Formats: sequence, C-alpha cells, structure tokens
Amino acid sequence: MVSGAVAMRPSREALLGWLGAVMDPEVPVVSIVDLGILRDVQWLGDTVVVTVTPTYSGCPATEVIAQSIRDALTAHGIAQVNVQTQLAPAWTTDWMSEQGRNALRAYGIAPPVHRAAASDGGQVIDMRALLPGQAVVPCPQCGSHTTRLLSQFGSTACKALYRCNACLEPFDYFKPH
Amino acid sequence: MDAKFEYLLRLGDNTLVLSQQLAEWCGHGPALEEDLALTNTALDLLGQARLWLSYAGEVEGQGRDEDTLAYGRDGAAFRNLLLLEQPNGNYADTVARQFFFDAWHQHLLAALTHSSDPRIAEIAQKAVKEVRYHVERSAGLVVALGDGTAESHARMQAAVNRLWSYTNEWFDADAVDMQCATEGWAPDAASLSDAWHRDVRTVLAQATLEMPTYAGHQRGGKQGLHSEHLGHLLTSLQFVQRAYPGAQW
Repeated sequence: MVSGAVAMRPSREALLGWLGAVMDPEVPVVSIVDLGILRDVQWLGDTVVVTVTPTYSGCPATEVIAQSIRDALTAHGIAQVNVQTQLAPAWTTDWMSEQGRNALRAYGIAPPVHRAAASDGGQVIDMRALLPGQAVVPCPQCGSHTTRLLSQFGSTACKALYRCNACLEPFDYFKPH
Repeated sequence: MDAKFEYLLRLGDNTLVLSQQLAEWCGHGPALEEDLALTNTALDLLGQARLWLSYAGEVEGQGRDEDTLAYGRDGAAFRNLLLLEQPNGNYADTVARQFFFDAWHQHLLAALTHSSDPRIAEIAQKAVKEVRYHVERSAGLVVALGDGTAESHARMQAAVNRLWSYTNEWFDADAVDMQCATEGWAPDAASLSDAWHRDVRTVLAQATLEMPTYAGHQRGGKQGLHSEHLGHLLTSLQFVQRAYPGAQW
C-alpha cells in the first residue's frame, strides 16, 4: 500500500499548476508564479515544501499568500504543506512572466518598462542625475507615451502613481525593482 | 558586549523609530499622494526593522524575538540615531529628516550588501532596492520645497539648519562600529562621509538651499543616550504590549 500511495502522489508539474491559480491578493489578476515570487516547490517525505520570496520587506500580503498556498494545496488533497520564506536572491520584477506583464496591463497597471538586473549589486541613486520619471511609461488605458510621474508610491509600495497627459487618467505603474 | 548584536539593534531601531514617526502622518499628509508615500515608506522601514531585530534576537541567543525587542525595551536600551527621534514638526522638518537619513541609508545598505555576514548581506540586498525609491522621493521633495515659494524655501532652509547638528552621529565610529568594520560585518562608519556630503551638497544646490557649515554635532543615540522625544514615541509604540503583555489578535 505504501508504494501505491507514492505512485498516487501528485507530480511537481501538477503542484505548480495548482499554485499557478493562487493570485496575489493586492493584484488579483497575477498569480504568484507569474509574479515570480514562487521560488521552489518539492516533496520532502510526505510534505510539500513551497518556497516563496517577499516582494518588499514590509509587504503585508506575504502572510496572506502563505495561507492561500496552504489552502490551494489542501483543497487538492495535500495533507502536509510547509511554506518557507527565502530572502536571497532578492525578488526582482525581472522574474515576472510575459503573461503576468500582459495581465497587469489589461488590469490597468503599467508593467515595468525596463529590467532591474543592472541594479542588483547594491548600487546607489546618483543625485546628479535625479530626473524622476525620465523613463517613458505608456498609459495602460489609452497607450499614450506622454505620461508623468505623480509620486514614487502608489496604492502599494511596489507601484508608483502616474498620470496620462492624453486621456488625463491617473494610473499605477509597477516599478522596476 | 556583543558588537554584532549592538550593531543589529542600531539598524533595527533606526528603521523602527523612523517608521513609527512616519506612521503618525497617516491620514494627516498634506496631499493624498504624500499620505500614501509616507505610509508606504513607513511600511518598508517596518519590514526592514523586523528583519534586523529578528536577527538581533537570534544573535543575542536569549530567546528575545522581534516583538520582545520592539515592545519590551525601555528608551535607554534603544540604539537609534538622535536624528530619527526628532519630532515630525512641519512638513519641511519631516522631509529634511527623511532626506538626510535616506541619503546615508542607501550608502550604508549598499556597503552592507558586501558584509562578510551572509544574513546581513541578504537583508541589505533586499532593503537597498527599497531605499533607492525612498531617497529619490525625499531628494525630489527637498528640491520642490526648497526651490518652491518663498514660504516653502524659508521653511525648508530652517529645517535643514535645525537638523544639521544631528547629521554627523552616523560617521562617528565607536568601539561597536570599529569591531564590526574589523570583522567585515559593516563598513567603516567614516567611509560613508564623502559620498553623503557630495549627495547632500548636490541636492541642496538644486534646491537653492544653503548647506550649513557649522561644526558641533549631537551624539549619543547609538549608545542609548536619547533626547526626551524618544520616550514619548515609545509610549504610543509600546502601549498595548505594556498594558496587556503578550496580547495577540
């Protein structure tokens, strides 16, 4: 019977598929897989160990996400789930999938316009080149390229607040991180 | 005295105290965007404080966790810089305090990403990404207010002058700083001075503000000698856990 139970054990692909339905509570159109915060999932004995990394140090969604992961796997009959948090390597928006970026745009949030990888070595902002909003962030509503930064922080820490000069609508911008 | 524990308390208390100060602005920001930015910055700093204080508790090895350290210590056991406990004042005071700290914090964290202690390097790599946005915002506000109206210029200059004497404590190495530098856990405290002064000079010039030149600096926060302001801040920060020890909800 023991060998039978092992044979019945869901594969890693199946687990990943179920976790792909767990949405970020703050941006409910992007899954934790598409957001890039799911780092690993594997069997350890009879336990499924899920490793996630927080987006921001103070992100209040982290605990909700851990609970959603446990709920999703429990619903598929997994009895023992262990959610672990891993800090390094630090999460970056570069890990966001193309599908995730498209879902953000369709939801009205502009996805990051450039990669953040270059700034991973603990670089600092050059005060001589302080030109906030110098990158062109296209409006997710009308597609216009004439938009301006209102604030480096929007409805959550991971987003900045922009306004479109063409359609005049404000919108959130998912910052390169 | 365990230098690593002391140093981690300094990192944790700096971020905890400034986070608490910014949280006081919640619902009182001068504009909706500012209210959001202040509280988001406070949240980042609180997250960093949790990481530093959790590690401090582990290094100490006496069973104290982040909550015990945040809610269970009296003022004299806090190791934050004096600058950060200075009152919110008017908005120029809050902005000047934030900019002076952010400009130092980003250089400190960038250096800490190379710490010989892997856990410190890990937390710093996470935090420095957040602090780059903090300093971009606070520097932008210093310029907007300094190079704004006559009234905002005057208030911004007054705030810069008032807080200037608190901006040298971080470069002033004591035995804890020196041991941490020797072990490679943290940078030499004085080594960040040139970069900080260069950045502050650049931003104040853009803001049409005078860079204060006087010497005479306040110190003591890192060793637990605080101004009267910290006690008031801790009464609201710690009230619930002092009145109902161990309360959870």
